[in-house]
Parts: sequence; structure tokens; C-alpha cells
Amino acid sequence: MAYLELNNIYKTYGKGENEPEVLSNINLSIEEGEFVAIVGFTGSGKTTLVNLINGLITPTKGEVLFKGEPVMGTSHERGVIFQNYSLLPWLTVGQNVYMAVKEAFPKKSKAELHAIVADYVEMVSLTPAINKRPKELSGGMRQRVSVARALAMKPEMIIMDEPLGALDALTRGNLQDEILNIWGKDKRTALLITNDVDEGIYMADRIIPLRPGPNATLGPEFKIDIERPRDKTEMNDNPNFKKTRNAIIEYLMDIGNERKTEAKEAIVLPDLSPKDFVNQF
Amino acid sequence: MKQSITLGKVTNFVGLGFLSTLKDLFTGKLEREDLKNVLRKTVVPLASMLLFIGLWHLGAKSLYNIEAEFKIEKALTDQGPEAADALRSCIASGDSSCQPNTLPSPSQVWDSYKSLLRDHNIIKADKAAFIEKTAVLNEKRLAEGKDAITYTGRPSFVDQIFRSLKTVFAGFLLALFIAVPLGIFIGLSPTLKSAFNWFIQIFKPVSPVVWYLLVFMIVKTLLIDSSEDSSFTISFISVGFCSMWATLVNTAMGVATVDKDYINVAKVLKLGPFQKIFKVVLPSSLPLIFTGLKITLSVAWMVLIAIELLAQSPGLGLFVWEEFQNGANDSNAKIIVAMFVIGIIGFLLDRIMLTIQNWVSFDKTEGI
Ligand SMILES: Nc1ncnc2c1ncn2[C@@H]1O[C@H](COP(=O)(O)OP(=O)(O)OP(=O)(O)O)[C@@H](O)[C@H]1O
Ligand SMILES: [Mg+2]
Repeated sequence: MAYLELNNIYKTYGKGENEPEVLSNINLSIEEGEFVAIVGFTGSGKTTLVNLINGLITPTKGEVLFKGEPVMGTSHERGVIFQNYSLLPWLTVGQNVYMAVKEAFPKKSKAELHAIVADYVEMVSLTPAINKRPKELSGGMRQRVSVARALAMKPEMIIMDEPLGALDALTRGNLQDEILNIWGKDKRTALLITNDVDEGIYMADRIIPLRPGPNATLGPEFKIDIERPRDKTEMNDNPNFKKTRNAIIEYLMDIGNERKTEAKEAIVLPDLSPKDFVNQF
Repeated sequence: MKQSITLGKVTNFVGLGFLSTLKDLFTGKLEREDLKNVLRKTVVPLASMLLFIGLWHLGAKSLYNIEAEFKIEKALTDQGPEAADALRSCIASGDSSCQPNTLPSPSQVWDSYKSLLRDHNIIKADKAAFIEKTAVLNEKRLAEGKDAITYTGRPSFVDQIFRSLKTVFAGFLLALFIAVPLGIFIGLSPTLKSAFNWFIQIFKPVSPVVWYLLVFMIVKTLLIDSSEDSSFTISFISVGFCSMWATLVNTAMGVATVDKDYINVAKVLKLGPFQKIFKVVLPSSLPLIFTGLKITLSVAWMVLIAIELLAQSPGLGLFVWEEFQNGANDSNAKIIVAMFVIGIIGFLLDRIMLTIQNWVSFDKTEGI
């Protein structure tokens, strides 16, 4: 049995019959210790998928199983890095992280908790800003706080929704390594949502494209057979890397083109409007 | 340099930004394009104030003339030409016994203001003398277990102001302690919301006078055994009930509409109900709660005057009413002084609340 399993998931927002299905027939299983990346276009339902897994929303049909148990709500075992950072603006950087750590380790003493906070804030190189409030930080700094907050809880499974989107290449690279480091240390499980194929290839064991919604469903998976630890510069010469990268990008371009033609067809629709609809005017 | 920055920050913060511009004007630190701004923020209000006083002066004068003509005309028809002439010269002489009773001019109001201050100083001195005189006696009385003798003289205008402030703060605190907790419960629970909604909708628009009467009916009976003067109790409770609605509604709304992202954080961190309320829900609704409290305080101050008047509770409202009843020569001018004092205090209270509000509020987009 897989560590995380999604069986025939359908998700519709709202209750009406005519509500569009955001996700259709999603099947996914992740083994313990695996690092899986999901790439997809904007609006395709990636955040919806993440929220189903972390327990913030429930599927309309189908089931999410975590270690064999249906997911009934959120859990400290699954840490989340939100796409929109979601820091609490009335708390400082340190307090934002502290609040999470305190919930995750209720038995630890105050001093221990503060030490953990300091460690993780240092890890995202925000020690000089530890007493600042989110409004005094840049977008990238906020994103790093959000990373620190999620990782400091030491979750068994790390769920990341485009966690490094707002960062420059250098910081991004550093944080990718930090995340890989933490993931590798205790052989945790990770799910990464990203729009950057290279990031996916560098970090993940498998990349799965999410086909654009509505009715988004998962495409065929691409295995990344590159030895760890991976090295960015060496990887560029790896024939395996080139092949996988091209295959994924080709696939994404294909579904992108499909979407365009579908959109074009949709514009030709007017003469198909029902009779009584026209009669109303 | 550093100091001027902090001053600028502070004055901007409390909404008196023009003060720092004014300071820049005098310290000569002004850019060319700032000049227009300075003119707009200092000269224009001053000019409009002068214009206001001028118009008031002219208006008061013409009202005075209308009233005087009418009086003389009346004397002519009722008592004949001699009486009319006597009245005309009496009015012209400025004798206070025959002055037309109408809107006082700015200078009369200013004179009344000074006379009220003088009166206050006299009463203050009187009070100090009284306390000194009774100090020894009071000590003895206290030692014997008797009540001390207190000053029972007439309160001065300034005393009335402080009594009004006391009533308004008591009322405001009452509103705060009822409306904020209740608002939190209503905002958290849709069931409580539907239980209370009709109640809020019906009682919110009720006028201060009716609130006063309602509170009077209840408090009078409750305090039936007590010999103490219940007018203060009745008036501050009425003020509280009149003014608490804005806070109640805003608190409930703030608590009910916490940003979904913050709720998601609370869920992912698995905060307990208490933690969730105190660490997430309340901080995120503080700005709205304070907006409500600001409205509450200004409503409280506004209805206070009417309620003091009805309750015969000492304060500015009673002062205005007594002056109106007493109809002395400078009563109208004193009423106008009270009007300005009420307005200025209301403005200051509003500024204080605005400052606190700026202090606790945050930009909704900050964490996102
Ligand atoms: N709470 C909601 N209620 C109704 N519709 C929603 C809700 N959340 C998302 N949707 C819809 O579901 C679809 C997928 O949204 P989602 O946020 O999952 O996309 P995404 O892939 O994360 O996009 P992005 O890359 O821009 O973050 C969108 O069409 C969106 O309008
Ligand atoms: Mg998203």
C-alpha cells in the first residue's frame, strides 16, 4: 500500500449540477520517501489538488488515503507551504514560525522552541529580519518565512505549492538544496507543485503533468533517472536529463496547443445557441 | 534632523499632518512644489475660518436688528411712542435689561468664554479654600467614623466638562464590555447570529430619548432602595446602549469574515479553539473592531448631551439646558460656547480613536 493514495478523485466547487468539475478522475500514489513533482498551467487546479491532500478541502467523489487512512482534516504529519505565503501580518517573522513550532512540539520547553525557530530562520537567511513584520519584507522574504514555518514543524510529508516562485535564481537554488537536504535527512516524503520543469527535474524522482482544467486530470508520469546528489551544472550534460526534459516540455507544449485550439473552437460557437434563448430578445 | 522625522511621523499618524508641513515652512526646508500644498493645508483653512466668523458676525448683526425693530414696533403699538423711544435709546445704550434676545455675535461668545473661565477660577479658589478649612474637621469626622463634609457649591463650566467626559467614558466602557464579547460570539456562531439578528436590527435605530426612558424605567426600580442620586447611572447606561451598536455589528462582521488564508493557517497548524480565536480571529478583526469603537465613541459623545439633559445629570447637556431655561442676558452666548466645546472635544476624541485605530490596523495584503 502506498504512503499517499488518491483514488478516482473528482472535485467540484459549489453544489449546483452545472458547476464545472475542476479535477476529474485523479489517480496518484506516492511511496514513502519519494519526491514527486507536479507541473501544470496556471488555473489548472494545482492548489485544489494540494488542498485535497493536506485536508483543507474534501473531494466531491473519490478518496484520499494517507498511510492507508482516509484524510479527514489537516494534520501535523503533512506540512504545507502555501502558494500565497499566508503569514499572519500582526506577528513578526520569529513569532510566525514560533506559533507553528509550538503547535507541532507541545512538549518542548520554551528555550528549545526558540532554538528551533532560530535554526530555521537562519536556514532561510532571515536572521537579521527575525523581528520584522511581514509588511516590512519583500515578497521573496515572505516566501522564505513561509518555507521556514512549514519545515520547522518537521512534517513527515512536505507539501509545497509553488514554494519558490517569487525568488531569484540564486536564492531559489539555495532553498532547493535546503529542501532536498531536509527531505533526504530523515527520508521524508515530498510533493512539489511547480511551474518550472527544470526545478522539477532537479528535485524530484517523478514528474507528473496536470492537464489544464476544467476536468483537469493527471498526465503520464516521467521518471527522473538521475543519481542523487544531483549537480546543476553536471546535469546539463547528462543525456538522460536532456531526454526527459525535452519529453516533458514537448508534452506540455502539446497540451498547451490543444488548449488553444479548444479555445478557438469555443469562439465559433454562437450559431449553436438554443432557439428559445434567441427568442427572448 | 532625526527629531523632525519622528515629529513628522507622529503628527501624520494622528492625522495632524499639516503641523509638520507648517514646521517645514518655518524651518525653511520647503521644496518649491510643496508650497502649493502648504498653502492648501494652512492658509485655506485659516481663510475659511475667518470667512465663517465674518458671516456669523454679519448674520448675528442682522438678526439683532430684526429683533430690535420688532421689539420697538411692538412697544409703539402696545404702549405708544414714548415707550418706543425709551426702548430705542435703551437698546442703543447697550443696557443688558432690554437687549434683543437672538443669535449672539462672535465677540459676545468670546466674552462669555472668558467670563466662564473667570467663573471657573473663582469656584476653584473657593473649593480649595473650603477643603483647607474643613481638612482638620474632616479628619476628625473620619476618625469618628462619620462621613467627610464635601464641597456642595455650584459646579463651574470646566467641572461640567469633566463630568460629561466621565459619563461618556463610563458609557463607552459599558458599550465596549458588552458589544465586543457579544460581537465575537455572534461572529463566531451562525446560530447565535440568527438568534440576535432581529434584536440588533430592531434596537439599533431606537432614538437616544427612548433608550433613556427605557433605562430609566429599569434602573429606577432596581435602585429603589438606594438613596443615592441615580441620574449618573441612568445617563451612562443610556449612553452605552445608544452607542454600542456600531461596535457590536463591526465586531461580529470582523470575526465572521476573517481572511480565508488565515483560517487555513490556523487549520494547518491545528490551533485549538482558544488559540484560534486569540491568535488569529481577534487580531485579524481588530481593525474593524476599532472602527466600530471609534463610531461608538463619537455617537456616545453626540447623544450624551441630550441624555444628560433628560436625566438632569450634571454635565454639558444640563449646562446648556439650564442656560436656555434661565434666559439671562449672556445665556445664548454661553450656549454657543458650550457648542464649540462639545464640537472640539468630539473632534479630539475622534482623533484619539483614529490614532489607536492606525496603530492596531495592518494592511490586509501584508501577509499575502
Ligand atoms: N474556493 C473556490 N471556489 C470556486 N472555484 C474555485 C475555488 N478555488 C479554485 N477555484 C477554481 O478552480 C480552478 C483551479 O484553481 P486552482 O487555484 O486550484 O488553480 P492553480 O492550478 O493552483 O492555479 P495557479 O497556478 O494560478 O495557482 C480555477 O478555475 C478556479 O477558478
Ligand atoms: Mg495555485
